[in-house]
Amino acid sequence: MRTMRLAEWVPLILLAIALAIYVATALATGQSQYLTVDNLLSLLGRSIALGITAVGQTFAILVASIDLSVANLISVAAVLASWIMAGDPAMIWPAVAAVLAVGAVVGLANGLVVTQLEVNPFIATLGMALLLQGLLSASFNNFAGAVPVEFQVFAYGTVGGVSISLLFLIALTVAAWAFLRFTRAGSNIYSVGGNAEASRLAGLRTTRVVILSHVICSLCAAVAGLYLASRLRSGAPWIGRDGVYDLESIAVVVIGGTALAGGRGGVWGTLVGVMIFSLIDSIFNITGVDAFAKQILRGVIIVVAVALYAARSRRIEA
Amino acid sequence: MSPVFELRRIEKRFPGIKALDDVSFACNAGEVHALAGENGAGKSTLIKILSGVYQADSGTVLRDGVPVHFATPLDALKAGISVIYQEFSLLPDRTVAQNIFLGREPAGRFGRLDQRAMRAETERVLQMFGERRRFGADTLVGALDVAEQQLVEIAKALSLDAALIVMDEPTAALNEAECALLFELVDRLRAQGRAIVYITHRMPEIRRLADRVTVLKDGKVAAAFDGVPEAGVIVNAMVGRDIGDFYPDPPTAPPGKVRLKVSGGGNARLSGIDLALRAGEIVGLAGVQGAGRTALAHALFGLAPFERGTLTLDGEAVRLASPREAVARGIVLLPGDRKAEGLALMQPVIDNAMMTARAFSPLAGHPDRTRHGTTADMMAAFRAIDLRAASVDVPIGSLSGGNQQKAIVARWLAMDPKVLLFVEPTRGIDVNTKAGIYQRMRALADAGAAVLMVSSDLTEVLGVSDTVVVMAGGRITATFGRGASEAAVMHAATDAPQDRAA
Repeated sequence: MRTMRLAEWVPLILLAIALAIYVATALATGQSQYLTVDNLLSLLGRSIALGITAVGQTFAILVASIDLSVANLISVAAVLASWIMAGDPAMIWPAVAAVLAVGAVVGLANGLVVTQLEVNPFIATLGMALLLQGLLSASFNNFAGAVPVEFQVFAYGTVGGVSISLLFLIALTVAAWAFLRFTRAGSNIYSVGGNAEASRLAGLRTTRVVILSHVICSLCAAVAGLYLASRLRSGAPWIGRDGVYDLESIAVVVIGGTALAGGRGGVWGTLVGVMIFSLIDSIFNITGVDAFAKQILRGVIIVVAVALYAARSRRIEA
Repeated sequence: MSPVFELRRIEKRFPGIKALDDVSFACNAGEVHALAGENGAGKSTLIKILSGVYQADSGTVLRDGVPVHFATPLDALKAGISVIYQEFSLLPDRTVAQNIFLGREPAGRFGRLDQRAMRAETERVLQMFGERRRFGADTLVGALDVAEQQLVEIAKALSLDAALIVMDEPTAALNEAECALLFELVDRLRAQGRAIVYITHRMPEIRRLADRVTVLKDGKVAAAFDGVPEAGVIVNAMVGRDIGDFYPDPPTAPPGKVRLKVSGGGNARLSGIDLALRAGEIVGLAGVQGAGRTALAHALFGLAPFERGTLTLDGEAVRLASPREAVARGIVLLPGDRKAEGLALMQPVIDNAMMTARAFSPLAGHPDRTRHGTTADMMAAFRAIDLRAASVDVPIGSLSGGNQQKAIVARWLAMDPKVLLFVEPTRGIDVNTKAGIYQRMRALADAGAAVLMVSSDLTEVLGVSDTVVVMAGGRITATFGRGASEAAVMHAATDAPQDRAA
């Protein structure tokens, strides 16, 4: 069994601090109705799309890449899903299949451009983002199609009082964790992210590992698009961009302890990062303070978290 | 008169290794002080302490007899120490003048860059090179050859009016004519009253230039001479110990069948390579920097594959287009630069060692149980080769160089290799661990593997190898059996025209 190192507690410490501030704020303003377990769960429920996207982004970053095209892919997925479904329950599964296929193709393209053309992943995926947005804007300029009630269950349904989408996010995180922890494909991702050249010299097929990670990342973004279509009951070409899912997913991954340089971290940290962002949102909702202050606090947390991780790296590399 | 700069009783430790132990070293004005020693003897560490890159754990640095403390390289620079490293620190896309004034550009009014002053000062300094100078203040450094770039580095030192100039193996990349001109230049710097530290392990250069010699060995001063003794005396001080005790005994049985054979192998860096590696044999590759030794190892590993010629493994023709194909056939390489090419430093020891076993097992399988053994097997292998770590879960970057290398060895042993290519196996490894590495290479060969070793340390090549293959200019120039002399190998290594590629 691996022992947890001190720095692995950083995301939990940050979470505890955010939680403490949340509780203190709720008590200080006399709004103790915010302190129930239900309410805390619903906090996370407001960040399902970010959570799904960030789990995928964790794979891209673990392999020392990054994906800036997730937000635009989310828009494409949502619009495509609601356009194909067009209110018809019979079209749910064809729509889901089409969206996942698009996600896989986008991930494959990102992975190939990064590995075969050796384009820096920032630029490669930024290019993909612009391309997707261009294609989408050329075809749609408003809400397109409609999502049948049967599919809205994804966003609004509950099982035993817990929302299906929250259960889905938790199941996805468990699956991603098990994949990274208990399969060789998962350990290859850590190896290639840790040192691609050393991995290649050790006999790994490093390009395949990078491509696989990008495909997983894009599939997650496609699923996040499906979720948003279900939640909004229709897809619009701006929903991904408006959610800032590209930068926010990177931010929560990094807060969760995954190194931007790759090779270190995991999806549980990412989930904690999502919870920290949700808590900050709630604190400001309770107090009704200006939203600009919220952005400042988010910025501070990102920098503090990364500084704490950097302190650890220095110790090992010395 | 006290020395311009003096190091007194310097000690410096790194994790797992004592790099310098009670070292004293003085530089006098108008003197060339040669610093000799094998790779890993502590020469670089000494220079880095003198130039403020490292700080000594104990001991003092004195400037004209007064203790000083260099917290940063800038402090040392301001005190008048200029170091010309083997790897030049020049920006290829900037001019000679811009490089000479890098970081200390003269500013005119309103912070405007005083380009005229930069050019004038650069031209003034370049005057010293006289006829040899075929470039001016506005030439781009990238357009200059290696020898000219070295002149720019020297010009930088002169422009700073350095009292002490350190030259780290300045002739490594120069041809004979360029060397002769460099020696003249060093004479003139000495005549100007500057102190010069000249690092080399080439005896003729020491005889030609030095006023005094200090020999480092295993981080200690093995010998210090006021004056320059015979080459043999210096070499004995450098080698220091009886080679017989340090290197493993030669094998009793003759080498077995040919495992890996190249005929007429060539690519962009290699040509006409004929080489056979036999079971039970250690072949050492000697040659100067850029001779093609590492290129040959990389070609055999499929990293920069042969484009011409034939390759056979155990009598069967093979083509290797990638490291993965080489590993799949039992040809493995231990990279010289472990940090860059061998390990994911932040990751656990066990994951680094299991990398290859996992890479050759189905992707969906559990990482701890591979086709090539389990983590429990790997831990048993760690015990067998005496890999010492607080836990197999600590980041491998926290281990000593020797233990890091053992993890790579263990990684390959799980694959049951037929041919092992060791590139600079003892680089950055402390002396006491070296003997263990030699024994392990011997044991692998005795067990039926073919072993190739690339090393820049000639005494090591001669001590360990059953066959010494010498390369120069991308070709094999000579082959020796056991008992070859250092002089014969050096001759073969420098006989062919020098590779001038930077």
